[in-house]
Amino acid sequence: MSIINPTGSGKYTSVPDQHGHFGNYGGMFVAETLMAPLNELRQAYEYYCSDERFQEELDADLAHYVGRPSPLYFAEHLTEKIGGGRIYLKREDLNHTGAHKINNTVGQILLARNMGKKRIIAETGAGQHGVATATVAARLGMECVIYMGAEDIKRQALNVYRMRLLGAKVVSVESGSRTLKDALNEAMRDWVTNIDTTFYIIGTVAGPHPYPAMVRDFQAVIGREARKQIQLQAGRLPDALVACVGGGSNAIGLFYPFLEDTSVAMYGVEAAGNGLQTGRHAAPLCAGRPGVLHGNRTYLMEDNDGQIIETHSVSAGLDYPGVGPEHAWLKDIGRVKYASITDEEALEAFHTLTRVEGILPALESSHAVAYATRLAAGMSQDNIILVNLSGRGDKDIHTVAARDGIEL
Amino acid sequence: MSRIVNCFKKLELRGRKALVPYITAGDPTPAVTLPLMHEMVKAGADMIELGVPFSDPMADGPVIQAASERALTYQVSLHDVLEMVQRFRLTDKATPVILMGYLNPIEVMGYDTFARAAAQAGVDGVLTVDLPPEEGSDLLNALNGQLLDPIFLIAPTSTDERIKMITSNACGFVYYVALKGVTGASDLNVDDVAAQLKKVRRFTGLPVGVGFGIKDAESAARIADFADAVVVGSAVVQRVADNADSPDDIKTAVADLLREMRQAMDQ
Repeated sequence: MSIINPTGSGKYTSVPDQHGHFGNYGGMFVAETLMAPLNELRQAYEYYCSDERFQEELDADLAHYVGRPSPLYFAEHLTEKIGGGRIYLKREDLNHTGAHKINNTVGQILLARNMGKKRIIAETGAGQHGVATATVAARLGMECVIYMGAEDIKRQALNVYRMRLLGAKVVSVESGSRTLKDALNEAMRDWVTNIDTTFYIIGTVAGPHPYPAMVRDFQAVIGREARKQIQLQAGRLPDALVACVGGGSNAIGLFYPFLEDTSVAMYGVEAAGNGLQTGRHAAPLCAGRPGVLHGNRTYLMEDNDGQIIETHSVSAGLDYPGVGPEHAWLKDIGRVKYASITDEEALEAFHTLTRVEGILPALESSHAVAYATRLAAGMSQDNIILVNLSGRGDKDIHTVAARDGIEL
Repeated sequence: MSRIVNCFKKLELRGRKALVPYITAGDPTPAVTLPLMHEMVKAGADMIELGVPFSDPMADGPVIQAASERALTYQVSLHDVLEMVQRFRLTDKATPVILMGYLNPIEVMGYDTFARAAAQAGVDGVLTVDLPPEEGSDLLNALNGQLLDPIFLIAPTSTDERIKMITSNACGFVYYVALKGVTGASDLNVDDVAAQLKKVRRFTGLPVGVGFGIKDAESAARIADFADAVVVGSAVVQRVADNADSPDDIKTAVADLLREMRQAMDQ
């Protein structure tokens, strides 16, 4: 079986074009020095997509190292509590390292090795992508450098230590707002300096072409599995899909294999932080406008001069001022609806799911759960909602405790 | 004839190479920029590259990143930068000014509005670091419509095919990036650059400027042996940073560096 199915042929799946454009979005907005390496990466990716040995190796790693397929779980108790549509959870939290991020890093590091690269770099916000990258680098014995904003290093001490245990060097980024966007800038600067030896593993469906398409293809395993599992368990396709959107990799991974199923509604959930009206949020699709950042055109949080502004979310993984260009396109054409959930609503969902199902969701995923419960409440028991539970919440217990006024 | 073309023609007649300092507009404060531009011309600058501050300068090293951050504490916008050029033009009608920056501020202003405003202010060229020609046709049309020169980068990684495509879109001059890295990096290999420039010249008759990694009179002179223009950014901006508390000291420190470079290049 083919694990990666690059760009399809349907109305909604035949993107991007060969230059990485999703309608007006995406593209390759980088300095000239990176153009040739990006083209080389695109060619290598296209080559290995149709290479059977590569596919087999990736397939085996996903099965035996990541632990796929991840279960699809009918959340009976949550469903009962809400009293509306039936809620199913795609359990990406059960993957090795505790989130969907590793689906992408196992794929990209195989590509890196096949391209003869010896050194791996990555950016990370909450640290989940950093950990997933350090993990696969440790396994293949490759040098690994992770860029992380100084602010995030303070907030995510546990993940910083995990990365160091795995042998990665964690570099504190002191420029700009000292968060994820600045870590991405710094990783790009490293890459442009060390192109010959280094492979840059971007963690989300943003960045210049081919990253948005490539990361989507590696994450689409989520949606392909879920599509089969729901038909086996419920006998039909779901009525709605729900996933949280920061950069948007877990969401596009779930959505993509369903895009041509026009009976399936889709909801991407952004972080409303303190509330959209306060300006303290991380919801570029709901409250931003198109611009160019980090190599692609997409919706951004920016001021009237075109400067990127700081974002806020209780969940570090959603705290990013841009979003993958495919989401920007799916919003404009109306195939996916984008909504937002506040910090408070996400925390409430975190507690609810923990108490009624015994599942601690990541704060990122809690945004999806919160929106799904709202959606379910307005549906009948015949309706099915499939939620991507993109990660587990162990990493967040300090944040949750602090919000509840508890010192651990 | 554009001011840039004219400038290169005049220099050629005198057997000189262009010295092109870069400063970030509004660094360390907006009041410093205009007098510093005039001072640089007095000290031997043939053209000025004026940086438009941006919150996420992905292609810049720490020195120019910090300059952007200093300017942004005063919210220096693209509008403000154009106003500075307009004021510069009141007394200097000859020295070409090239805006260097990132696409997003231009994108927000709108390509046509920007091109009109830039031409009116007296800007001569526009270098948008994160806009390769394949994404640039709309902005190119807007710039060409106002007779502004689009300046493009060529890098050590550029293939022959790309050099051909880039030079066919460029006007004024092309800008060769001397090293794989960000601005202000330190591992400049002059012999490599010389060899690469020979290759670039096979594809274009445009003047070729070289930048990234040129930090003192000696490296400026060595690059001037074979390049048409020497672009100095981080070394200038570092002197701005070192004297940030005193506008007069900034002028002196920058002028001293440029005079040393000028002298070494003209020998």
